[in-house]
Amino acid sequence: MSAEVQEHTHEHEHHHKDTFITKYIFSIDHKMIAKQYLITGIVMGVVGVVMSMLFRMQLAWPEESFKIFNVLLGDKWAPNGVMANDIYLALVTIHGTIMVFFVLTAGLSGTFSNLLIPLQIGARDMASGFLNMISYWLFFLSSVIMLSSLFVEAGPANAGWTIYPPLSALPQAISGSGAGMTLWLVSMAIFIAASLMGSLNYIVTVINLRTKGMSMTRLPLTIWAFFVTAIIGVISFPVLLSAALLLIFDRSFGTSFFLSDIYIAGEVLHYQGGSPVLFEHLFWFLGHPEVYIIILPALGITSEIIATNSRKPIFGYRAMIMSILAIAFLSTIVWGHHMFISGMNPFLGSVFTFTTLLIAIPSAVKAFNYITTLWKGNLQLNPAMLFSIGLVSTFITGGLTGIILGDSTLDINVHDTYFVVAHFHLVMGISALYGMFAGIYHWFPKMFGRMLNKNLGYVHFWVTAVCAYGVFFPMHFIGLAGLPRRYYTNTNFPLFDDLQNVNVLITTFALIGGIFQLVFLYNFFSSIFYGKKAVQNPWKSNTLEWTAPVEHIHGNWPGEIPEVHRWPYDYSNPAHEEDFVPQNVPMKDGEEVLHH
Amino acid sequence: MEILLVILVLVLLSIALWQLTKIFDLTQVGDKDDSQVANDGDNNTQGYLMFGFLAFIYIFTIYGLIKWGPLVLHTSASKHGETVDNLMNITWVLIFLVQAITQVLVHYFSFKYRGKKGNKALFFADSNRLEVIWSGIPAVVLALLIGYGLYAWVDIMFVDENEDTIEIELYAQQFNWTARYSGTDNVLGKANVRLIEGVNTLGVDLADPNAQDDIVVKELHIPIGKKIHFKIRSQDVLHSAFFPHFRAQMNCVPGMVTEFAFEPVYTTDEYRAMPFMVEKVKNINALRVAKSKILVTNGQAALDPYTFDFLLLCNKICGASHYNMQMKVIVDTPEDFKKWLSDKPTIVQEVKTANASKPVEGGLGADSIKAKDTAAIAKVVMK
Repeated sequence: MSAEVQEHTHEHEHHHKDTFITKYIFSIDHKMIAKQYLITGIVMGVVGVVMSMLFRMQLAWPEESFKIFNVLLGDKWAPNGVMANDIYLALVTIHGTIMVFFVLTAGLSGTFSNLLIPLQIGARDMASGFLNMISYWLFFLSSVIMLSSLFVEAGPANAGWTIYPPLSALPQAISGSGAGMTLWLVSMAIFIAASLMGSLNYIVTVINLRTKGMSMTRLPLTIWAFFVTAIIGVISFPVLLSAALLLIFDRSFGTSFFLSDIYIAGEVLHYQGGSPVLFEHLFWFLGHPEVYIIILPALGITSEIIATNSRKPIFGYRAMIMSILAIAFLSTIVWGHHMFISGMNPFLGSVFTFTTLLIAIPSAVKAFNYITTLWKGNLQLNPAMLFSIGLVSTFITGGLTGIILGDSTLDINVHDTYFVVAHFHLVMGISALYGMFAGIYHWFPKMFGRMLNKNLGYVHFWVTAVCAYGVFFPMHFIGLAGLPRRYYTNTNFPLFDDLQNVNVLITTFALIGGIFQLVFLYNFFSSIFYGKKAVQNPWKSNTLEWTAPVEHIHGNWPGEIPEVHRWPYDYSNPAHEEDFVPQNVPMKDGEEVLHH
Repeated sequence: MEILLVILVLVLLSIALWQLTKIFDLTQVGDKDDSQVANDGDNNTQGYLMFGFLAFIYIFTIYGLIKWGPLVLHTSASKHGETVDNLMNITWVLIFLVQAITQVLVHYFSFKYRGKKGNKALFFADSNRLEVIWSGIPAVVLALLIGYGLYAWVDIMFVDENEDTIEIELYAQQFNWTARYSGTDNVLGKANVRLIEGVNTLGVDLADPNAQDDIVVKELHIPIGKKIHFKIRSQDVLHSAFFPHFRAQMNCVPGMVTEFAFEPVYTTDEYRAMPFMVEKVKNINALRVAKSKILVTNGQAALDPYTFDFLLLCNKICGASHYNMQMKVIVDTPEDFKKWLSDKPTIVQEVKTANASKPVEGGLGADSIKAKDTAAIAKVVMK
């Protein structure tokens, strides 16, 4: 630690004697917590991606024997290297759960909200560092429980990541609905607690701790996205918690919230009067906002990166904020589009079609604003920029098919087919993953004080980009051919025999894409130790985090917190010589504000 | 073979990228630029790659449409399905148009405006007019789509009570389907899982007058030209009754009766004879013959040749064997349908026959079923 830092910490009394444990494990510093979130997220991501590679192999070559299945799944689940049908469903279920919650919610939002909110608004730390630490450790605990559910006797939860009862409630119905599902529910309940603590902290921090001059309309779009995401989370996650608790009651204490009139394994069960449709409502009241909890931070990150690397102001700053707010509002009143054919009143279907298709408007605004930002820019095609451009591309490709799925009439025949799988993977899976990668490439110097290797970054991007389209583009066709998702194999339907070659192609792309993520992992972990030392503002960016020293210190800035005098997007401002003007640079005499 | 080629291309591609990386590294030694920030050389290469990626997306899309386009569901076999397909086609035209234009803009701009030292970007922060244009146009187009969609939706989903339909129950359980025909009165008798006993696997209330002529079968026959009103039940978990060729789907929910109605417009024979279907079946059989050859050399049985049949599939995860929950659907001419149904025993007869053959186990006639029913209800009330 440098002398300057020592002096600063002394001055502000932020400093406690750091032991290894308080610095690296039970840290209350937002920058360390961000790194903890990121690395946990990456570990979970590896598990999730490996699972997807396994079940893709099963889909391409059903009935084939693979040594790797036997090695990874054991004799019980893959005797002689042939995958069993219930473990296939378990892989699909846990892949979905891990990717949606543990990677793209906690790994993405947890990492970048923690890292950037204090640094970009000019705060010394989160409003409550202690709550922040508890939030991470609860998330860690929930990750451990989720992973440990892979090792229970009857297998992990395998009723799909949406865990619809009665399937998820009755161990007689499917093997994973025993101890595996109990662990799933406990893990998610803890996860939700962690997420709520994080979200409340983000909201309070953004409202209260902005530095002098940092009005809401001078906030970088990243912060707007994280702020609004946290609000959506606080509104919707508790509803999932209630659904999970009621399901625990049904499973363990004999209540009938979601169950009624069930005859299974030769006997009538006592449940009477509940409804699985109620669970679907509660689940999707979180489930749909959840996809925006995932994608909004990614869009916020991209807004920042595209502006910086285009050397241009983000086009339509206020329109971007308005569209984030509009998406957030609409996201809470569209959940029913997952349930058009659930048996709910068709009139509700009409209402949800209407609200759902409205979301296309703010989404279109965002896409066109990105495109206009690129126009006549001076694009610095860093890996982070490539991933951001990639996000715009997949967000459009995936988003457009949403017009089909959001339309109740068209949803009838594509509901729960591979068409849906293709749609949501492109629009929120791949797009959010691109956002996360973009964020990592861009803020790695801020996190670790070193640079990632750009050429490895380029290889990583291009192979990923080709494979992402290679996997999900053909999937639309097999969905339109009527192939349902969550089928262990489609060999029982000669009708689908002509789709098998497409499945093989998809799996080939998936395996290559998956394996090439090793390039990223290598780059990431080796650069932490051996990467080139970063300069303070490598991307010549305007936001406040780059005014902080490379070396991490408690309280972020030695001495005074910088004061903000302008919006974050003064790139290529004609009134200035340089093509960037950091937010803490005072307005020149007579300088006019050139944006609205 | 195709797969091998893809692997080869990708392997070559990755080798090329790797070599490029090395070349960049080597050339940059001279410049002493190891800042890991993109320089003009990188911008140039990546800009061209962006342009190349645009070509990739376009070629891949066109290749997909030619190669996999014929795989997707063709002519709808139900009346309302024609409206669904029509709306689908309109939506597709729109999607392709927007996709084609925006992907060009994204990737071409990334190529065209690739950075160069000394260039300065245009300071262009906002324009209310542009924002109005690209929120206004989607709003108008979507309003039209929503209008058409809702018109079709209401038409499909709300079955007029007075309409002349045939009422059939679809009954889902892990992992098979059963159908119950309402018989001459066209009204299904009451049923509840608490009444399941022996051959009465659907729990039909045998005391209900409406149930007397109900017929339970394992194969679904429906007549052409008449609207079929399905009442759908499940006895254990959620299932989904999915008839892809009829553009029909509805979840089966334990504890409630859901419904869906459609009118078949082709008989199975007519649909089999359509040129696209003849072609599809030919392709599938060619694939099956090729696969059979491998199976036979391994000492296994060859696959049966495939003939097309409409299918009812389960499309909501329902357990380990979800992937094999199906029922054959046969669309008959009205005469054939009548004939097929005429010699099927009613559920009441079936129960009687079953009881007659097993007299020792005690009578399970209508009365005792009713007694059990009352007991079951009493049990529920007590809870």
